[in-house]
Amino acid sequence: MIETITQLIYLVSTGLFVLSLKWMNKPDTARRAVVAGVIAMAGAIIGTLLHPEIVNYLWIVVALAVGTGIGIPLARVPLTAVPQRTALSHAFGGLAAGLVGIAKFYLWLPAGELTTFRTSAIVVEVILGFLTFTGSLMAAGKLMEIVPTRPITYRGQNLVNLSLAALALVLGVLLALDPSRAAFFPIIIVLSLLFGVLLIIPIGGADMPTVISILNSYAGLAAVAMGFVLENKLLITAGALDGASGLILSIIMCRAMNRSFANVLFGAFGQIQAAAAGGERKTAKSASPEEASQILESASSVVVVPGYGMAVAQAQHRVRDLYEQLTKRGVDVRFAVHPVAGRMPGHMNVLLAEAEIPYDKLVEMDDINPEMPQCDVCFVVGANDVVNPAARHDKSSPIFGMPIIDADKAKTVMAIKRTMNPGFAGIENELYFADNTLMIFGDAKAVVGEIVKELSGQGGGH
Amino acid sequence: MLFVLMLATFIGLEVIRNVSRLLHTPLMSLTNAISAIAIVGSIIVTGEELTKTSTILGAVAIAASTTNIVSGFLITNRMLKMFKKKEPGRS
Repeated sequence: MIETITQLIYLVSTGLFVLSLKWMNKPDTARRAVVAGVIAMAGAIIGTLLHPEIVNYLWIVVALAVGTGIGIPLARVPLTAVPQRTALSHAFGGLAAGLVGIAKFYLWLPAGELTTFRTSAIVVEVILGFLTFTGSLMAAGKLMEIVPTRPITYRGQNLVNLSLAALALVLGVLLALDPSRAAFFPIIIVLSLLFGVLLIIPIGGADMPTVISILNSYAGLAAVAMGFVLENKLLITAGALDGASGLILSIIMCRAMNRSFANVLFGAFGQIQAAAAGGERKTAKSASPEEASQILESASSVVVVPGYGMAVAQAQHRVRDLYEQLTKRGVDVRFAVHPVAGRMPGHMNVLLAEAEIPYDKLVEMDDINPEMPQCDVCFVVGANDVVNPAARHDKSSPIFGMPIIDADKAKTVMAIKRTMNPGFAGIENELYFADNTLMIFGDAKAVVGEIVKELSGQGGGH
Repeated sequence: MLFVLMLATFIGLEVIRNVSRLLHTPLMSLTNAISAIAIVGSIIVTGEELTKTSTILGAVAIAASTTNIVSGFLITNRMLKMFKKKEPGRS
């Protein structure tokens, strides 16, 4: 009877999870998505607690309390830190799967209940779980800049990584064929932990959105493997939903950078290019915030291209002030958001939403590009690689082929930058040396603040 | 069970394919919370209390999953609150 109730609850939960993702499609139904997700999860937990084999509740309650205690502060991080939080959360997901795998292995081993199927499922679960764990920790470390964000590479790296993965798989197969070779199990775990670290080390910061999506997918797949181990359909379905979403986002991210999966995983991106014999290095023209404000004021259409630099400088609220000042003057202001702007998929949209910029003013790359030639001013705040024209024509550039926002086609380009140093991916940007580009040197927050002050001082306000 | 996996993956791909770019980050934090369904397995392993080791491993796994559930849903909700269409009045 209890079993039937549990199964029914699980069924409802599964349906609600699917609905939750469906409602996440559009901003106006998205709030409902969270409610559905919470109800589904609560159902899953309650349904599980009803299981007759559960005899001890003390540990469960303590662990729930501890997790809640860690979870609440994690949900309050500033939105610039959301990518790190997400990476950490993938790490937790991987860890949970890995630990359950270990527990089940050593429960079944003495009881002689390790069938080939169960062992295979456990092996997949711990490999995915632990590589997601350390890989996500490395990704979080890179995002927090505890670990160097530059790709760390050495000769024969791919060979080492592939051998490690192959070795773990071979040991896994041998173990599954004969579970009495239990000594292989800890070795597989260590290999997976190591593989996770080595997999992420060579990946540069610019690829973080893709990496986070892939790890998202792995975390889901680890839950799927757990479902096979415990023969639990709810785990399989919910894990598959997560795996599918990670997969889709990874594909979208890779497309947005015109790169293949393999290329992200194996091609260290953004090692500083020896500047191609720059005999004819042009100089960049610079402008003061005062000049910039005059140009902006006389424009009729402005496209702002925000990048991660804007978030780092905490300039998004100043950018909103600028948007307000210009809108008040009848200037049409829109924001062109590149799919990989920021450090995770959709990151920039959230940062702009936080600054209370209405989301109908955010335009996707493919929609804005055809209109760029009619745009008076393209205002680049903290974006770099995603507006680099080299991606369109310079075959030697590491970002060649990546779809970009055609900032250079605007009548005037203004870019705020601290210095002329290359950006996160370590690539020179020729946009800064173009004839129609004005560089405004300084901290993004300070510069935009100055421009806003200039605008509001000229009879625009009080 | 493979059948279930295949079905769920297809549904997932179909449902998520149309998510607007705007919501990629909240989508990911929501799926974070959903993938913490691993808590189900963790509870089973802990609650059975078969050995000390399995109970402790399970408890750590519950704590890790709970962290994801709590922070995942809360942060998704926090982000979604910020998406506004109209000019909001300055508070």
